[in-house]
Amino acid sequence: MTTDAISRLAPATEDELGGIVAEHFASGQPLRIAGGGTRVQTGHVAGELLTTRAISGVVTYEPGEMTLIARAGTPLQEIEAMLASEGQALAFEPPDLRRVLGGDGLPTIGGMVAANASGPRRVMAGACRDHLLGVRFVDGQGRILKNGGRVMKNVTGLDLSKLLCGSFGTLGVLTEVAMKTLPHAQARATLAFPGVDEAAALRIFASALATPFEISGAAFHDGTAWLRIEGLPPQLAYRQKRLQDLFSGHEIGILDADATVSLWRDLRDVTHFAGTDAPLWRVLVKPSDAPVIAGALRRLGGQVSLDWGGGLIWYCGPGEVAAVRAIAPHSVLVRHAGQNGLAFPPQSEPVARLSQGLRRKFDPAGILNPGLMGV
Amino acid sequence: MSGIAMPQPDEHILKRAPQIVAALREALPQDTVISDPEETRAYECDALTAYRCAPLAVVLPRSTGEVAAVMRICADMGVPVVPRGAGTSLAGGALPTADCVVIGTARLRDVLEIDTDNRFIRVQTGVTNLSVSEMLEPHGFFYAPDPSSQLACTIAGNIAMNSGGAHCLKYGVTTNNLMGATVVLTTGEIVELGGPELGASGLDLLGLLCGSEGQLGIVTEAVLRIMPRPEGARPVLIGFDGAEVAGECVARIIRSGVLPVAIEYMDEPCLRAVEDFAHAGYPDCAAVLIVEVEGSPDEIADQIARIRRIADELNPVEFRESRNADDALAIWKGRKSAFGAMGRLGDYICLDGTVPVGRLPQTLRGIGELSKQHGLEVANVFHAGDGNMHPLILFDANEPGQLERAEAFGADILRLCVEMGGCLTGEHGVGVEKRDLMGTQYDALDLEMQMEVKHAFDPAWLLNPAKVFPLEASAPYRLKAAE
Repeated sequence: MTTDAISRLAPATEDELGGIVAEHFASGQPLRIAGGGTRVQTGHVAGELLTTRAISGVVTYEPGEMTLIARAGTPLQEIEAMLASEGQALAFEPPDLRRVLGGDGLPTIGGMVAANASGPRRVMAGACRDHLLGVRFVDGQGRILKNGGRVMKNVTGLDLSKLLCGSFGTLGVLTEVAMKTLPHAQARATLAFPGVDEAAALRIFASALATPFEISGAAFHDGTAWLRIEGLPPQLAYRQKRLQDLFSGHEIGILDADATVSLWRDLRDVTHFAGTDAPLWRVLVKPSDAPVIAGALRRLGGQVSLDWGGGLIWYCGPGEVAAVRAIAPHSVLVRHAGQNGLAFPPQSEPVARLSQGLRRKFDPAGILNPGLMGV
Repeated sequence: MSGIAMPQPDEHILKRAPQIVAALREALPQDTVISDPEETRAYECDALTAYRCAPLAVVLPRSTGEVAAVMRICADMGVPVVPRGAGTSLAGGALPTADCVVIGTARLRDVLEIDTDNRFIRVQTGVTNLSVSEMLEPHGFFYAPDPSSQLACTIAGNIAMNSGGAHCLKYGVTTNNLMGATVVLTTGEIVELGGPELGASGLDLLGLLCGSEGQLGIVTEAVLRIMPRPEGARPVLIGFDGAEVAGECVARIIRSGVLPVAIEYMDEPCLRAVEDFAHAGYPDCAAVLIVEVEGSPDEIADQIARIRRIADELNPVEFRESRNADDALAIWKGRKSAFGAMGRLGDYICLDGTVPVGRLPQTLRGIGELSKQHGLEVANVFHAGDGNMHPLILFDANEPGQLERAEAFGADILRLCVEMGGCLTGEHGVGVEKRDLMGTQYDALDLEMQMEVKHAFDPAWLLNPAKVFPLEASAPYRLKAAE
């Protein structure tokens, strides 16, 4: 184990990690849990920083089974390169938020699962949690547990893997994750619709997403709406033609494969709201509500962009926590920039009670990321 | 009666049966409560028919509020509750106990909202799986999970068991298509989880609930993700003279970048039975794959050509394309009649273990060896793309001891699945059937955490008790709750 200059606990094995958490359980000293430290600003969380980045390495990758098992600290870059060499990918397109949040860590696969981090392809392929097959983790008593497995269909017992996914280290410290991988599309293109507003963008999204052409991205920013199509080369040509016919009344620009890759990487990483320290909010809405909510947010004085066919609004700009939440209750403050208030929205009474009850089961001493996720 | 034990019914509850029924009748419309033993017998089992027990009463509420009223009464009076969809569980998930109240979803049949702009449908959960897709058809949409019982099974049961189907290779199982749920907790409280938004912040209680086999709450309404119908779909049939080479073909198809919607597998005993029964004209060989792809006619042709190139490298006995809808039906005919064909040969147990796709040939060999050891025939027909096996063990229920032998054989197969890196159940659920095998897949501590999670939702252990967890492991929780 290494403890570097800023007193960072970085165990190299699951057993070491279990020992550290067990000690903290006994002493009641809180821990601030991180993977690469690139996704969530935990500055306001009490406790010594514990990172899983030294628990690293791919355990097994079987392209013919579309299965990957990796230790939590494995850098995502490494994994993505390995999958790409077999023509596969993590279909939910996990974002890299370093441009937006700053910081110099390396995103890890454990952090990706802990944050349920999903990019533009979520609109078609589902979220990170939909591709998670199983987990190993250390609970708040330092005990090593597992759930799920490595197979794609598994309904054996309660699905604690889903619960751990998106729990931001509050239920346990992930040590190993099993993911479903998918063939990477062989061809891709983007249809760009310039000169539209949010309402027009939503009409485009709703029409396109009602077609069987497997739209794998539907986003909007700064007056342009984009649709991404992917597939085998003959599929791509066909889908592009059919969509152009469907939207024959619109001016449409076509982006080739390279331009498509870089456009959607930028949209995925929200780079259009990088380079400022204004508060950044991630807002989940019913897609058809997006134009009204986006308009109300813009009136607070900032800018908006849309992803997931309108289901995800990014709002970058001023506004008190209460004011933003009054417009959009399902909003998470991603970049704090001096904002007071909790990063996660409050929940209804019974849901909050159930969530707290679960947290006490996994972390009876309340030492894992206390103060994060509303408890 | 064979191997699977259920706890003795609580005498105190049985003694208070008249008061319990009276309390239910007082709170609910007259025709909602069934307590006549002649009528409750209709609810004595699900599709795991070897186990039967009539409940104390059956309630068929029409609304979330009525479900909540029943839950409150049962909580107040300490009565166990067994939720029931259509009763098609093969795992005994809806098996009652003599001291329980069954809450059935049969009358929760309303479609509440179809929203194609936001791509969801909101239903009461007693609607059948197939009817959801039928209602969506005029809108050009469908609901993806398609368990083979889809004509009868309900969305409530699908959510409880996290049901799959033949097409989940591409579209996922219920949990990947469930956006929101209205849940009645054991206290009678009504909770909304998720909704038309793509995900919620906070812990993923919806993901936990899906597949929890009625251990945490009863889902009365659901928001389901819907998808545009594909332009077309077409199967091909590929025959091989060995299980290994068929397994290799599955892995190569997946690696190639073509993602079929379904890859189904049938072995020789199954093919023989199907041929005798349905005369589907399948080739006489060791293994048949049915691979279905979707898209426009050109897209389909392109994908089939790719699959053909892969298969040809492996010297198939036959590669049969479907050129029209009749050909497609003929290819699916044998697969769809497989269970009926097996039923004609005698009684059978249908298992549901999953193994990593690469281990399919080895698992099939192991099952063949176990078949010899146990002296019972087995046929395999399953979803090969995701390794979800359905071995059918044939036996004669009228012959004393055969059910027990078949169950012992089944348990050995499931242990083998776990040894191969797989799991006990891919889509049917644990229920009572696989309850006591849970220790082969999970350590005591893993199971304890799952039981603690149930405890957080249901501290009195009234919801579908004595299922999912080994009876011995759950005994301390159940006994403590009963004190």
